[in-house]
Order: sequence, then structure tokens, then C-alpha cells
Amino acid sequence: MLKPALRDPAALPRLALALLAIIILWPGIKLSELDLGVLFDAENSKTMGSFLSGFWPPAHDSEFLHILLRATLETLAIATAGMALALLLAIPCGLLASRALSLSAAHRNGRLAWWSLALRWPVRGLLIVLRSVPEVVWALLFVRAVGLGPTAGVLAIAITYSGMLGKVYAEIFESVDPRPARALLVAGSPRLMAFAYGVLPNASAEMLSYTVYRWECAVRASVVMGFVGAGGLGQQIDLSLRMFAGGEVASMLLTFLLLVLLADQLSRLLRARLQ
Amino acid sequence: MTVTLQGVGLTHANGQVALSDIDLTINAAERIAIIGPSGAGKTTLLRLLATSLQPSTGSISLLEQQPWALSASQRQRLRARIGLIHQAPPLPPRQRVVTAILAGKLGAWSLLKSLLNLFYPVDITGAQAALARLDLADKLFERCDQLSGGQLQRAGIARVLYQGPQLILADEPVSAMDPVLAGHTLSVLNNEAAARGVTLLASLHAVDLAMAHFPRVIGVRAGRIMFDLPSDQISPEQLDTLYANEKLQPTPEVITPPPLVVQIPRC
Repeated sequence: MLKPALRDPAALPRLALALLAIIILWPGIKLSELDLGVLFDAENSKTMGSFLSGFWPPAHDSEFLHILLRATLETLAIATAGMALALLLAIPCGLLASRALSLSAAHRNGRLAWWSLALRWPVRGLLIVLRSVPEVVWALLFVRAVGLGPTAGVLAIAITYSGMLGKVYAEIFESVDPRPARALLVAGSPRLMAFAYGVLPNASAEMLSYTVYRWECAVRASVVMGFVGAGGLGQQIDLSLRMFAGGEVASMLLTFLLLVLLADQLSRLLRARLQ
Repeated sequence: MTVTLQGVGLTHANGQVALSDIDLTINAAERIAIIGPSGAGKTTLLRLLATSLQPSTGSISLLEQQPWALSASQRQRLRARIGLIHQAPPLPPRQRVVTAILAGKLGAWSLLKSLLNLFYPVDITGAQAALARLDLADKLFERCDQLSGGQLQRAGIARVLYQGPQLILADEPVSAMDPVLAGHTLSVLNNEAAARGVTLLASLHAVDLAMAHFPRVIGVRAGRIMFDLPSDQISPEQLDTLYANEKLQPTPEVITPPPLVVQIPRC
């Protein structure tokens, strides 16, 4: 036995926390009606099995591949155009919401004047509104407004993602070393240039990595939005599922895997260039 | 009179008094060293003069202007004429030295020129000349994180030389350099000040360097000015009183910026 004096004093709190986590999680599992048993039920397994067996072999006839290529390009275009529009709004909002560029903070040891804090709230509020509604809901709305097709997807991504990007950019600007920008401000530099010379060199790698990751998310989101008629791969998957063409679905899922892989490599390449 | 301080005091937000009752008059082209034990308020005094801190009491006048009575944009214009050399120069690690040096003139340049400079350095010869005076010309296109502590300090000085201000404030500008280099660097600063008729204030922890390079020396202790004399009139007793209870000569502080933990929320 260990002598009592040598016992880890953190052991008891850790045990208590673990128990607490289980006690809190249990009602959650009950509420979400999670029952893993249904997966192993013979009847259900057979249904799923026959559904999945239709996935093989993936469809690869030239006519389908042509459609697939078009849908993939459309998905990429939706994601890229949506991100570009989102950046147009996210960068100015991120700059306004961040306290990294406050002139009053430069000579108050980083504390903001009250009016400077108050000014940030409307921008933060706008970003919250933009990102709190899921992109699928925006897509449903825009499909009604501008009709079926990629435009609805682009607009939905632009709106939701500008909120997310703006919030995270503001946090990145605040998380990097504030001293270079403050030193520049105190040397008379304009705020935008203090940002470009003092914050951006430290923040660019994180911003780039997050932006590429978001672009990857936008590719996925554009697929989901395809189900509600916003074009791209999603709309094709929806059609193929309705026609029980499992092989086509499999091909599209593989394409999808490739796209995510591509985004991952792109992120790695860009980050390596910046290092 | 370049600088006038009347009854200036500074109390930090946590109630700690950093400076009190500072009266100081500095004429154009004067060269002054500020000495005193660590924690005496040397850095705070320099930051006040750089308008990097606002005094809690008293009035401050810099280059014939009252910085805290000016509008924000006028104050930025005044700030462009004041150069502060930091003990640990806040240069972004990934920035190239040439960009960091040229950033000294951001206050004077137009937005367009500053933006252009991000893509191609608009004044390579100017940056090189500033670096060459500090024997650092070969580091022009290196990244700031490839410089040693002493080299970084010299790059910080080169930025202020390139800025070309009318008032140079230096906070322990040579603390990370060996004695020979420290002497050389202080001569460069003094020559620059003498040649351009610029006012120079430097805080130093090495008393001998202060005596050797500066005609006027101000002793600061516990947030107050103990003496303000020509350097040849300071007696050993005054120095002893200034550094009383500080018999242990403080070793030069190692400059290590605190590690930055960047946490990015995902999704």
C-alpha cells in the first residue's frame, strides 16, 4: 500500500469529475433515444446490407462520369464563390470586432476605453446573427427566392461563413502578440498599416489554415445544400438515392473523399510556404 | 524646449504608483541618460514620453505640443516624430528584417506606399544604410526570428534610425549586447543625435556607459528623480544612494517574450 502522504491529491477530484460527467451524460443519451441495439437487429442489418451492397461496384460509365465531373466542378464553384463573398464581409467585420487595432488600448496597457468596447458590440452581434442560422436554412430560403440552382448555395454559404470567419479572424487577431502592432501605433502608424505590419505576419498562418479548413467545410455544406435543390454533387446524390442507384452514390462519395483530401493537401502546401 | 514635464505622476490600474512629481525640462539636441535600480520607473518614464502611456496627473509637452490635448489623428502625426527603441524590440518573428526596418516610416508614408511596400520593399537602400550603421547589413533579407537577442536589439535601433524622429527614446537599448558592441551602438545613437540635432534619452543599467556617452544624467529611484546633473558632476556618494540596497549588480535581463499559445476554435 502507498503511504497516505504519497497519494496523488488530484485523484479524488478527478474521480468525482468522471462520475459527474457520467451522471450528466446519462439523461442526454436517454433524451436522444440512442439505442445501439437496433444496429444489430437481424431485420435491420439485412435492410442496410442490401442497401450497401448496391454501392458496389461504383458507377464508372462515361456518361455518368461526365455528369459527375460537372457536378463536382459545380460544387467546387459554389464553395469557392461562397467563400470569396464571405471573405469580403468577414475581413472588415473581423477587423472591427477585434480589439487588436484599438488606438485607445495602445496607451492604456491593452485596456479599451468604454466607447471602444461599446462600438464592438454591434459588429459582434451582426456576426452572431450571420452564423447562428444554419446554411441549409438559408439555402431553403434562397431556393424559394432565386429558384433551384447554385446561386442559392453560394448566397447561403456567403452569409453563414462570413459570420464564422469574421468571429474566428477577430479571435486570431486578438490571440497573437499585440506588442508589434502597439509599437507601430505608438510610432504614428495608421491602424490598418499597424495591422498589416504588426498583426498579419503573426496571424497569417493560422488565418490561412482556418480559411482552407472552412473552404473544405463549404464543399461539404454545398453537398448538403444540394439536397434542398441548391445544385452541385448534393443534388446528384439526392437524385441517385431516389433512383436506388447505389453505384452512382458510391462514386460520388469517393469523389467527395478526394475533394477533402485535396483540401487537406492544399492547406499543408500553403502552410509550408508560409513557414 | 523639446520636452517639458510638470508634476507628472502615473498610477497603474492596480493602484501601484509608478511615477510621482516628475518635473523635467529637456532642450532640443540634448543627450541624456536615465539610470536607476530596476523597477525605479525608467521604462515608465520613457513610455510616458513616447505617449505610450497617459499620465494620471500633471502635464506633458512634447515637441511644442500637448499630446493628450490633441485629436487622435493629430496625436498620430506627433507620434511619427518620436521614436521609441524597445528593450525587447517587438518585431514579428516571421517578418523579414527589411520590412521591419521600413515599417519605421509607416507614420510618414501614404497608405498606398505602405501597401506597396508589403509586396516589394520600396526603399531597400534606405533600410540597408540604417542596418549598415549597426553592422547588420548582411541580415537585410533574413527573418526576424533568425536574429540573436543582440542583433534583434540592433534591428530595433535601425528601425528608429530609419524613422528619423526628432526625439529618440531608448529603453535599455544595449542590454543584450557585449560591452564592446554596446559602446559602439551607443556611439552610433549619439552620433546620429548630434549630426541631426535630435534629442536623445536613453535608460541604461550600466552606469559607466551612461557616464561615458551622455553629457547629462538623470537618476531615478522609486518613481522619483533623485538627481539631474551633468555627468561630470555626479559624485560616487550620489550613485551609492541611488543604488542603495542594490549591491548585487543585476545581471542583464534575458529577453524572452512569453510563449504565445494560440487557440483556434474549430467549427
